[in-house]
Amino acid sequence: MEKITTTGSIIYVLWLRQLKRYARSRARVIGSLGQPLLFLVALGFGFGPVYQKAGGGNYIEFLAPGVIAMGVLFTAMFAGIEIIWDRQFGFLKEMLVAPVSRLTIVIGRTLGGATVATLQGCIVLLLSLVIGFHITHMGSMFLGLLFMFLVAVLFTAFGTAVASMLEDMQGFQLIMNFLVMPTFFLSGALFPIDTAPQFLKLIAAFNPLSYGVDGLRAAFGAGGHFGIPLDLLVLSLATLFLLAVGSYLFSKIEI
Amino acid sequence: MLSIEVHNLQKRFGDLAAVQGVSFGVEEGSIFAFLGPNGAGKTTTIRMLTTLLKPTEGTILLNGVDPVHHEDEARKLFGIVFQDPSIDEELTAYENMDLHGVLYRMSRVLRAERIKQLMNVVELWDRKDEIVKHFSGGMRRRLEIARGLIHHPKILFLDEPTIGLDPQTRNHIWSYVKGLNKEEGITVFLTTHYMEEADRVADYVAVIDHGAIVAQDTPEGLKQKTGVASLEDAFLSLTGKSIREESAGSIDQMRMHARVWRR
Ligand SMILES: Nc1ncnc2c1ncn2[C@@H]1O[C@H](COP(=O)(O)OP(=O)(O)O)[C@@H](O)[C@H]1O
Ligand SMILES: [Mg+2]
Repeated sequence: MEKITTTGSIIYVLWLRQLKRYARSRARVIGSLGQPLLFLVALGFGFGPVYQKAGGGNYIEFLAPGVIAMGVLFTAMFAGIEIIWDRQFGFLKEMLVAPVSRLTIVIGRTLGGATVATLQGCIVLLLSLVIGFHITHMGSMFLGLLFMFLVAVLFTAFGTAVASMLEDMQGFQLIMNFLVMPTFFLSGALFPIDTAPQFLKLIAAFNPLSYGVDGLRAAFGAGGHFGIPLDLLVLSLATLFLLAVGSYLFSKIEI
Repeated sequence: MLSIEVHNLQKRFGDLAAVQGVSFGVEEGSIFAFLGPNGAGKTTTIRMLTTLLKPTEGTILLNGVDPVHHEDEARKLFGIVFQDPSIDEELTAYENMDLHGVLYRMSRVLRAERIKQLMNVVELWDRKDEIVKHFSGGMRRRLEIARGLIHHPKILFLDEPTIGLDPQTRNHIWSYVKGLNKEEGITVFLTTHYMEEADRVADYVAVIDHGAIVAQDTPEGLKQKTGVASLEDAFLSLTGKSIREESAGSIDQMRMHARVWRR
């Protein structure tokens, strides 16, 4: 019996492609762990005593979910932006002429990038456990993974949307400095939103990553600001929205 | 019946008119060669025919389907070997082939069979599990061609497929393409710099220069019209002998600007 190739298997091969590319570039895996490690050690140990004195409790417990979210965010954005590489190395043409709906292509790529980013998040989680982070109850691991994955899908789709509009790598630095860095620093990953000034609270409320960080923190038992149901709702809606925008912009690419 | 119907096709890039009002038809099951010097507008035309680029003006029909407005339907009809690289270098040769087969919804059995057959034609079967990054230019080119042929489309676009390949390989590839054309009635639209290739395989030839078609006929007809013995001479007499620069890539252009500024 001949098995007919379905949309599901197309999504699967595009997913697998991202995983293979990730697994084969060890430099990328190791390189992208440097930054989270630096944040954990420098901020975690550096600010820890001050934070404790101010009555905030153990800073590492607070910081680790934020840094995990950072690892996921950067890897996911990078995976989305990989479309620019595909454009430069030419493989994008092969995908664009294929008789496959643009949404299918974007979903396959996004799930692949998101899986990679979630794996990266798990590695950062392990690192932070070594440094002194505690997970209060193991049952929350699943919820934590879910939040990592949601953040990963959201920002891979975001990266895809942005990269669909860029011709070459020159725009990449701009995106990192004016989109990704602010998204991270203004998300409550490093400081508690509860006690932040009003304008920072407002910005954080409009930043989807805030809900990811918050969800992770709540899942791992280090408190929360928005509450898990709202976190899940905002992340899911933002993800669906960006998937739609991403596949629209992807379908407009001309070569 | 016409497989490809193009009417008054135009493409402008800013104030450069790359294709200026091209019209032609390609008979179903025939082999059509699109010949022209560098920068004549061949690749731009193919990009418009294959949904990669929107025309500025004009109409296209592929087996009656308009690729400008019905992209998905049109994409089911054709296969293409691009002039520029389009392989995923981080994957193995086999993985590239198989990914293509899946994208074109081929069954696992047929994929395996065709991939083996084609990788033998281009003599890459014993290198199938190597990452493409480590391949030479010629090997990559052969892989690109093999990949474009896996799914046996109704219309096959070949944009300078054999450039840089040795005569033996070119021979293998053209006999395979001719076979496909004969046995499955696949319409072939090709561009090439090798005139003797076009002479040998094409049923019909169109010569394009500066974005406009200057002649179209059978290879024999063109030779008779221009009163010369070879298609190469016919081509030269139609397009003149001045040398066309290969269009400069952006890096070359940057270098040129740098040179201008330093002076
Ligand atoms: N994306 C683009 N932007 C600007 N000019 C382009 C672009 N693509 C092609 N051109 C120009 O259009 C002309 C035709 O190019 P092309 O179709 O690639 O020629 P050929 O394939 O016949 O060698 C050239 O002058 C080329 O520089
Ligand atoms: Mg060309």
